[in-house]
Amino acid sequence: MRSIKTRYILTALTLAASLATGALAANSIKIGVAGAHSGDLASYGLPTLKAAQLVVKDINEQGGINGVPVELVAEDDACKPEIAANAATKLVSAGVKVVIGHTCSGATKAALPIYRDAKVLLISPSATTPSLTQNGEFPNFYRTIAADDAQARTEVDFTINTLKVQKIAIIHDKGDYGKGLAEFAKSFIEQSGKATVVLFEGVTPGAVDYSAVVQKIKRSGAEAVVFGGYHPEASKIVSQMRQKRMSTLFISDDGVKDDTFIKVAGKDAEGVYATGPADVSQNPIAIEYRRKFKEAEGADPGAFFDNAVAATLALTHALTKAGTVDQEAVGRALRSDKVATPFGAIQFDAKGEPIGIEFSIYQVKNGQYIQVR
Amino acid sequence: MVVTTHAVTVISASQFLGYATLGLEPDQLLQHLARYPSMDYFIELLFSGLTRGSIYALLALGYTMVYGIIGLINFAHGEIYMIGAYTALIVSTVLSIYGLPPLTILVVTALAAALWAAAYGFTVERLAYRPLRNAPRLSPLISAIGMSIFLQNFVLLAQTSDFQPFPSLIPELAFMEPFAAVIGSKDLTILIVAALVMILLTFMIKFTRTGKAMRATSQDRKMALLVGINVDNIISITFLIGSALAAIGGLLIASHVGQINCSIGFIAGIKAFTAAVLGGIGSIPGAVLGSFVLGLTEAFATGYVSSDYEDAFAFALLVLILIFRPAGLLGKAAIDKV
Repeated sequence: MRSIKTRYILTALTLAASLATGALAANSIKIGVAGAHSGDLASYGLPTLKAAQLVVKDINEQGGINGVPVELVAEDDACKPEIAANAATKLVSAGVKVVIGHTCSGATKAALPIYRDAKVLLISPSATTPSLTQNGEFPNFYRTIAADDAQARTEVDFTINTLKVQKIAIIHDKGDYGKGLAEFAKSFIEQSGKATVVLFEGVTPGAVDYSAVVQKIKRSGAEAVVFGGYHPEASKIVSQMRQKRMSTLFISDDGVKDDTFIKVAGKDAEGVYATGPADVSQNPIAIEYRRKFKEAEGADPGAFFDNAVAATLALTHALTKAGTVDQEAVGRALRSDKVATPFGAIQFDAKGEPIGIEFSIYQVKNGQYIQVR
Repeated sequence: MVVTTHAVTVISASQFLGYATLGLEPDQLLQHLARYPSMDYFIELLFSGLTRGSIYALLALGYTMVYGIIGLINFAHGEIYMIGAYTALIVSTVLSIYGLPPLTILVVTALAAALWAAAYGFTVERLAYRPLRNAPRLSPLISAIGMSIFLQNFVLLAQTSDFQPFPSLIPELAFMEPFAAVIGSKDLTILIVAALVMILLTFMIKFTRTGKAMRATSQDRKMALLVGINVDNIISITFLIGSALAAIGGLLIASHVGQINCSIGFIAGIKAFTAAVLGGIGSIPGAVLGSFVLGLTEAFATGYVSSDYEDAFAFALLVLILIFRPAGLLGKAAIDKV
């Protein structure tokens, strides 16, 4: 019993000592990596830590940032808001001025006020809640992932500006994902003033027949249906529309951009539009870091790995450019300078959203999703 | 003539309901009227509701027959329907490799699916319900839920959890083309098959020896035994017929929606069960009536109010009917003998 306790104390002391020496080593740039490194959602957070380590290793091998080596300070928040606030306080008191993270939107929201007050810049590879950037409360926040509403924005822009549709029916499956998207799409269409929403309805997933709602779409005079939800309902609705000889356009989301949709809907799938993340598998930077991850870990990288590589590259590039860790100078560099990432060259807009990490539009042609250029 | 007048009354009543719930001002009401002005919208919704109703009816009959005979809610019925649909998928895929004409494929597939599902229904009754014939009422109910979970997971393992495309076995009828916008060939086929099945079933129960024995078993099992009816056989026959009907339903519905997976039985089963209760569980005309009432309510609620509240309307109706007629529309109030 006693020996175990002693061992704990020794471990704690060693850890404290190593942290202390880390803090004392003046000649390094400290980058915090905060996120879920343990718990249920660790699989979302650990690839980010690994990505940051791989990128920083390369940078240090090339002499660091402006000759100063980079040091990573990892803090676990387990995706829990209360732990995230603690982690943020720890990082701030350790003198960290730039942080990659957090993993989850809820945790990010809890930690952001602490970082803002300490003038610490935060760049998240995975927090997608729109309000984090859009209410303008946190000028210190950036992200390398498209926000939840970006998909709806892409759908609506394409429908209104490219397809030039004026009457739109919005249908959703009443789920968090589908209804959320549908509501964003509705507000974007109304803001644009170029088109009207003639129908906004939810359908019950799994129902045996959607002909009543299809008749309602027809009666509403909609030229296009924007659907928020997954492929089983989408294929039923599309098939029933075609059975009723309606040629109404159908635009949907990445829940429908799935090969099962084409398999099930068959010839009725032809011409359907769906949004999905841009394909990065041909990008040389993405290929390089995925290979490095595989060499180190013996497995394919997990969720948000490419986004985390992009975040680390963008942040270190901005630090080099700014020549300081001052939040405003680094922020200016992030907004003004393009940097090569797995997603191609990206930079950030005034709100902190990435320009260059976007959703693309795909269309079913001859039984395949083809990107619409 | 009578039908038309009746229909007009219904449309104005349901529209009135729509406006009352939406709380529209008079000028908005005019706009609303301009949007849904015509009789043909009503007719489109009517056919949509009838299609739904026939789909529910094909399943509800199985629930109500089993309940009528042994007083058991057969929760595995939705899974028998799903297995029927899978059998149809496999058989029709094999047959289409041999390049047989579509009508032959449809008929052979329907027969095979009905036989195979009937075999499943028979086996389920033998394994899960017959050993519990004299157990407390709750035991076979739990056994039925267990069977439902087992069959669903069995198909999940044997197939995949993914949705699979279901071939459109019902051919497109050329003479239906002008009406395609209102009612498709598939809807028409479902309506006709459902009607035929119901007529045949009623005829069988009314006039055949087996039908008489079924009615006798349903009225009093002990007395039926005493007059020499092989009750166990009658119960097996009930399961065979109910399961075969479910398989026909599975085939028709799956080719209507074009996709199946192992969980389609659940939602369809719940709705059909609701329809059976609505009409009075145990009563065969009740199950049919309940199915049409449910299907039409859902279609008109979607069409004139909002599909968001489709289920809310369906279940509110169920509650209302059960308040005023606790045994369902055509059910007989049973007095529990203690």
